[in-house]
Amino acid sequence: MSDTAAAGSAGRMHKPRKRGRPSTLRLLFNNTLATTGLAVLVAIVLAALAAPLLPLPDPDVTAPADRLLRPLAEGHLLGTDALGRDILSRLIWGTRVSLAVGLSATLIAAFFGSLIGLVAGYAGGRVDTFLMRGVDMVMAFPYILLALAIVAALGPGLINALYAIAVINIPFFARNIRGITIGLSRREFVDAARLSGKSSAAILFGEVLPNVLPVIIITMSTTIGWMILETAGLSFLGLGAQPPQADLGSMLGDGRKILFTAPHVSIIPGLMIFALVMSINLFGDGVRDVLDPRLKSGALTRPVARTAVAQEREAEPRRHSGSVLDVVGLNTQFHIGGDIYRAVGGVDLHLKPGECLGIVGESGSGKSVTAMSLMGLVPTPPGRITAGSAWLEEEDLFSVDDERIRQLRGADVSHVFQDPLSTLHPLFTIGDQLTEAIMAHRPMRRSQADEKAEELLRLVRITNPAERLKVYPHELSGGMRQRVCIAMALANDAKVIIADEPTTALDVTVQAQILSLLDALRRESNAAILFITHDFGVVSAVCDRVAVMYAGRIVETGETEVVLARPAHPYTGKLIDCVPVLGQPGRRLDAIEGRPPVVNNLPAGCAFAARCERAEADCREGDIPLAAFGEGRAVRCLHPLKGEAADA
Amino acid sequence: MPETALLEIDNAERVFGGGRTLFGRALPAVHAVQGVSLDVRKGETLGVVGESGCGKSTLARLIVGLDRPTAGRITFDGRDLVADARRDPRALARRVQYVFQDPVASLNPRKTIRAILEAPLRHLLGLDRSGREARLGELMEAVNLAPEFLDRYPHEFSGGQAQRIGIARALAADPELIVLDEPVSALDVSVQAQVLNILDGLKTRFGLTYVFISHDLSVVESVSDRVAVMYFGRVAEIGPAREIFAAPRHPYTHLLLKSAPVPGKRSLIPEDANTELPDPYNPPPGCAFHARCPRGTDICLAKHPALERVSGAAAHEAACHHPVDEGGHVRA
Ligand SMILES: Nc1ncnc2c1ncn2[C@@H]1O[C@H](COP(=O)(O)OP(=O)(O)OP(=O)(O)O)[C@@H](O)[C@H]1O
Ligand code: SF4
Ligand code: SF4
Ligand SMILES: [Mg+2]
Repeated sequence: MSDTAAAGSAGRMHKPRKRGRPSTLRLLFNNTLATTGLAVLVAIVLAALAAPLLPLPDPDVTAPADRLLRPLAEGHLLGTDALGRDILSRLIWGTRVSLAVGLSATLIAAFFGSLIGLVAGYAGGRVDTFLMRGVDMVMAFPYILLALAIVAALGPGLINALYAIAVINIPFFARNIRGITIGLSRREFVDAARLSGKSSAAILFGEVLPNVLPVIIITMSTTIGWMILETAGLSFLGLGAQPPQADLGSMLGDGRKILFTAPHVSIIPGLMIFALVMSINLFGDGVRDVLDPRLKSGALTRPVARTAVAQEREAEPRRHSGSVLDVVGLNTQFHIGGDIYRAVGGVDLHLKPGECLGIVGESGSGKSVTAMSLMGLVPTPPGRITAGSAWLEEEDLFSVDDERIRQLRGADVSHVFQDPLSTLHPLFTIGDQLTEAIMAHRPMRRSQADEKAEELLRLVRITNPAERLKVYPHELSGGMRQRVCIAMALANDAKVIIADEPTTALDVTVQAQILSLLDALRRESNAAILFITHDFGVVSAVCDRVAVMYAGRIVETGETEVVLARPAHPYTGKLIDCVPVLGQPGRRLDAIEGRPPVVNNLPAGCAFAARCERAEADCREGDIPLAAFGEGRAVRCLHPLKGEAADA
Repeated sequence: MPETALLEIDNAERVFGGGRTLFGRALPAVHAVQGVSLDVRKGETLGVVGESGCGKSTLARLIVGLDRPTAGRITFDGRDLVADARRDPRALARRVQYVFQDPVASLNPRKTIRAILEAPLRHLLGLDRSGREARLGELMEAVNLAPEFLDRYPHEFSGGQAQRIGIARALAADPELIVLDEPVSALDVSVQAQVLNILDGLKTRFGLTYVFISHDLSVVESVSDRVAVMYFGRVAEIGPAREIFAAPRHPYTHLLLKSAPVPGKRSLIPEDANTELPDPYNPPPGCAFHARCPRGTDICLAKHPALERVSGAAAHEAACHHPVDEGGHVRA
C-alpha cells in the first residue's frame, strides 16, 4: 500500500504526460498569426524604446522652411509636417508615448478592476451588490461620452486622458474577474484553506488570486490594443497630448486639416496605429488561445462524426454464429503528441439476443472506449480503431459506410449513458425528443409517433405518460430522466443496448429500480445489453456473464456467479477482496498495491505482473493469451487461482 | 464504550433561502437540515447515510463551523460550537477538521503539497520552521506517502494519493474530531480500500473520533460503530451499526438495505415503485416518506413522527409511527 516505493514510478509517469501535451510556448509559436503579431510588436516596441539612442532630430523643433516635405526627402525619411517637424522622429517618439499611456491605463484598469472583481466575487452579499451596482453605473454611460466628461472635468492633458481611459475600462475587468472569482470561491480548496486557519485576505490573495491571474493576463492582452486606440481618439480630439508633444492620436489630428494636400502627414501615424493595434490584438488572441485550458486539451480540433478506422486494418471473421454482436480483436488507440495510448488492446466479446454482458474494471481500464468504438463514437482525433471487427449480425460495423452507421445509431444499436442530462436536450419536451427519435428512423405521422412515445413511457413504467410527454427534462428527477433515456434507447427496437454506467449517478433505491427495469425489458424485447460498470454488486444484479478489463484488455470472462464465487485471475480476486460487502462488516479489505500501468507504456508480458503476488519470471515476457478455462470461461493468466483465495 | 459525548447536536436546523422580497413577497425556503439531534461519543465512528440531497453535507459543514445553523444548538466538548466558531474559528479548527469528497478539488492546483500542508501548521499551531519541517515528515509518514511528494503539485497525484494528502491536511493540527464527507466516493474500489485502511489505522493511533458520511451502505457498515440514517433533512433512524444493518426498524432504512447491490445477489426490487422525493420547497405534512412507504397510515400524514426509542439492546431510535418489527430481517 505504501507509495514510498511508488514515488519513483510516479515521477516517471509525469514526464511522458509533459511530452504528450504540447507546451504553452510551442503552441503559441505554432499559431502563425500570433507569431507575426508578436514580431511586428517587438519591432515597434524596440524602436520606441530605442528612441533616445537613435540618430533622430528633435521631434518638437519646428522648421517653417522645410514644411510639408514628402517622404524620402533629403534628411527626412518620412517627410515633415505642417510645422516642418521630422515625421519619423515624431512617429517614434509618439509611438513611445502612446504605448506608455496604453500600457499604464491597462495596468491601472486591471489593478482596480480586478481588485473590485475579486472582493465582490469573494465577499458576495451586500459588498458584491454595492460594488457591482457602482460598476453598472459606470457602464450605463456611453463609453466615449464618459471619457469626454472625465477629461472635461479634469482638464485636457495626456495624464488626464490616461485616467479617463483607465476608469472607463475598470468595469470590464471587474465583471470578468468577479465571475471567475465567484466560481473559485465555492471550490472546496477555499473551504480547506479556511479550515487551515487562513484569514479571508490570505485566502483571497494567496489561494484565489493565483488561479485568477491567467484570466487577468488574458483580459489585459485583449484590451491593451483598445486602450491605445481610445487614447489616440482622445488625443485626436485635442483632449489628450497637448502640443508640441507628439502621440499617435495628436499626429493624426494634426494631419486631418491637410488630408488632401499632404496625405502622408495623417496616413503615416494612421498606419502605425493600425500596425500597433493589429499586432497587439493578434498576439493577445494567441495568448488567450494557449492559456485557455479547453484549447490545450485539443477541444478546438473538431472531431469528425465517426471514429477513424485505420486503412491497414483487416476484417476479422466472425467467431460466434448466432450472436447478435460479435467483437473480434478490437484495438483502439489515441495518438497524442508523440505517444500512442493503447486504450483498447485486443478485446473479444459476444452477445446473444436478450443476453446481458457486464464489463467491469477500474477507471481508465478502457471500458468506455471499448463501448464507444463499436458505433464510432470515440473522438477522432486523437482516437482511431487500428484493428479488429465488430459484427452486428452479418455486418462489420467498422467496414460499413457512414450513412449506414447513421441509420444504425439509435436504432439497432442504442446507448444509455451515465448522465441522462447529456442525452436529453434541456429546451425540448420529453415528448418532442421521443417523437423525434422515433421519426428519425421511421417516417410516420406525428400523431402516430405521439402514441408510440406514450407507449414507450408506459413501457419504462412512468405513470401518467400522456402528461409526462409535455414536461421538460429539468422537471423530472434523476431516476425519471434515466427512464426516459432508456425509453429512447428502446424507441426503434434496438438489438443491442450499450449502457455505460447507467446507474452510477443515481441513488441506491433508484438504482435498484432502474436495474430491475433494464433486466425486465431485455427479457420482454429480447435486446442484448452491454452493461458497463465498476460495481460487482450491480453486475450480480443484472448480468448473465461478466468480462473483467485491465489496462485495455479482458483478463477474465465467464458466468457472473462463477467468476464472482471463484475468480481465476489474480486481479479479479483482488478486486473482489477490496470492496466492502453489505452484511460482512468484519471483512478485511485488501487493497491492491501500486496502480495500473499507463497504456502508452505497457510492460512486456502480463500488465498486472508488477502488482501480482503470483507473478513468476515467465509472466514478464511474451503475449499472454486469453485461454479457455473450463466451460464458457477464459482467463489471461499463466498461473490462475484454482479455487483458493486470491492472496493465498 | 465510554459514554461521554464529544459532540452534541440538539435540534439543529439550517434553512436556505427564505426571507421576503422588497415588496414583502415570501421567498421560497428549503429546510436542508431540520430538527436533527444526535451525539457523537469520544473515540467512536458515527456513520451518516442517506441519499443525495438529504442534508448530509449541510450537517457536516455545520459541525466544522463552515456554516451556521439557523436554529438549534451544537456543543463540542461542553462548549457552544457555533459561538466559538464565530469568535475564534482557528481554535475550533484545531479541534475539529474536515476531509472533502473530491480529493483533487480540495487541493489548490497552484500550490505545492508543502504549501498546502504548512498552512494549518503555521496558522493553527504557529509552528516555526524547524517545527513545521518535523511535523510535515510525520504527517507524510502517517498517510504513507514519500516525503519527496512534498514539492509536487496536486495534478501530479492519483485520486487516492490526493485524498491521503487531504487526510494529512486534516490531521496536521492534531484534531480530536474529523468529519469525513464521502471521503472514498470519488475513488476507484482498489484505492478506496487503501484509504479506508489508512483511516482506520490513524483512528487508533491518534485516538480520533470520526463522523463518516457516505451514501455507500457497505462502506458505512464496515467503518461505523453507530449509524444515523437521514431522509429529507431529518434523522430517520439512529443506533448501533450492527442493529441498524441487521434489524432496521424504519421502513426507509429497510428499503435502502434491500436496494443496495450486493455481489452475488440478483435484483429483487419491484421496478415501478415510487422513488420521487418530496418537493423540498413544498414539503408534505407529516412523514416525508409517506408517499413511498408500504406501512403508511392516516396518522403518518397528519403527524410528523418523532425520533423515539424502539426496543433494542442499546439506544436505537427511529422516527416512525409504525416501525418494522424486530424480526423483520432484511437478509433472509
Ligand atoms: N478522448 C480521449 N483522448 C485521449 N485519451 C483518451 C480519451 N478517452 C479515453 N482516453 C484514454 O483511454 C483509456 C481508457 O479510457 P476509458 O474511458 O475507456 O476508461 P473507463 O474504463 O471507461 O474508465 P471510467 O471507469 O473512469 O469510466 C484511458 O487511458 C484514457 O485516458
Ligand atoms: S500472468 Fe502472472 S503476473 Fe499476470 S496475473 Fe497471472 S500470475 Fe499474475
Ligand atoms: S411514519 Fe408512517 S409513513 Fe412514515 S415511515 Fe413510518 S410508517 Fe411509513
Ligand atoms: Mg467510463
